Amino acid sequence: MRLLTHNMLSCNIKGVTNGFPLIIEAEKVLEKPVDLNPDFLRNMFHKVEWKALVDAAKSLGYSELPESVDPAMLESPEFLHRFHHALLELHLEEGALVCPETGRKFPVNKGIPNMLLHEDEV
Amino acid sequence: MKLKQLEGLLGDLQQFSNPKIELEQYPTGPHIASRMLYTAENSFGDVSDKVVADFGCGCGTLGIAATLLGAEHVVGIDVDAQSLEVASLNAEELEVQMNFVQCDIKNLQFRGLTIDTVVMNPPFGTRKKGADMVFLSSALKVASQAVYSLHKTSTRDHIKRAALRDFNASTAEVLCELIYDVPQLYKFHKKREVDIAVDLWRFVPKRAQ
Ligand SMILES: C[S@@+](CC[C@H](N)C(=O)[O-])C[C@H]1O[C@@H](n2cnc3c(N)ncnc32)[C@H](O)[C@@H]1O
Repeated sequence: MRLLTHNMLSCNIKGVTNGFPLIIEAEKVLEKPVDLNPDFLRNMFHKVEWKALVDAAKSLGYSELPESVDPAMLESPEFLHRFHHALLELHLEEGALVCPETGRKFPVNKGIPNMLLHEDEV
Repeated sequence: MKLKQLEGLLGDLQQFSNPKIELEQYPTGPHIASRMLYTAENSFGDVSDKVVADFGCGCGTLGIAATLLGAEHVVGIDVDAQSLEVASLNAEELEVQMNFVQCDIKNLQFRGLTIDTVVMNPPFGTRKKGADMVFLSSALKVASQAVYSLHKTSTRDHIKRAALRDFNASTAEVLCELIYDVPQLYKFHKKREVDIAVDLWRFVPKRAQ
């Protein structure tokens, strides 16, 4: 699972109001290279929750993203490269996503998070 | 990629080996799937360089078609772990990248408006009444650009009314009518194969304007 997917997932348990971002517990991380698409990144820059991406990347062992950003940085190839790598090339393969409010763990196996709820959670 | 080439690649994908009736697991055939995504890309520009979600992705046919047509990021969502495993192998086989999430569409919580386009072939709602409507309403909640979906032609008026009145669509348009052969999976079907008329829809959410 890419961190772009992580950036849109939030805990879906009924009644939870602060279910984003899910905390990552990483057991296995993969890197899968893809072509860099600058226009796509410029568009995504305005849609992603930056702090969630920085923290998620750190939990996968990548700490090259700046903590604070502004759109001018999109002119820098170096910045685009790092953003691209964190957003699209790093994958959480095994581990868990943890709800920040309840501590409920959603397991991730073979890159697929299991967000199914128990009966008393819907 | 040419339409014929896309159809050929989709035709080689592995499909449900033990379909679960209550989840209405039947694949979108390569003919319909390739035309659906090809139209989304070539007539509307809703696929290449986009973030696409495949709701009820099953073995991944529609989402994989989106990656083959140049979608930048594709997420397939299904409630069934076995299907997701097949879908993941299908993607690997074709050397395309796709993400998967195991989730019931009715409990889906996506943050923000990162997803541009939703493509789906939802359950028709013959096993669980209203299943098609749950898919449609949540697709229109997360898509920022367009939703492509298949629904029985017999439900056309109902779909249109619900989309425009209840689910925040600004337009709901039938792009074409297709014949869908729901294969001989189900004991309660007397014939070996049942042809059903389905509509290919394109919905635009209000916020896209
Ligand atoms: C008609 S099949 C389509 C499969 C695939 N999209 C294709 O085009 O070949 C419907 C799919 O929706 C899934 N499904 C049914 N109910 C669901 C639900 N509530 N949440 C998520 N997926 C569901 C089934 O497991 C099945 O894979």
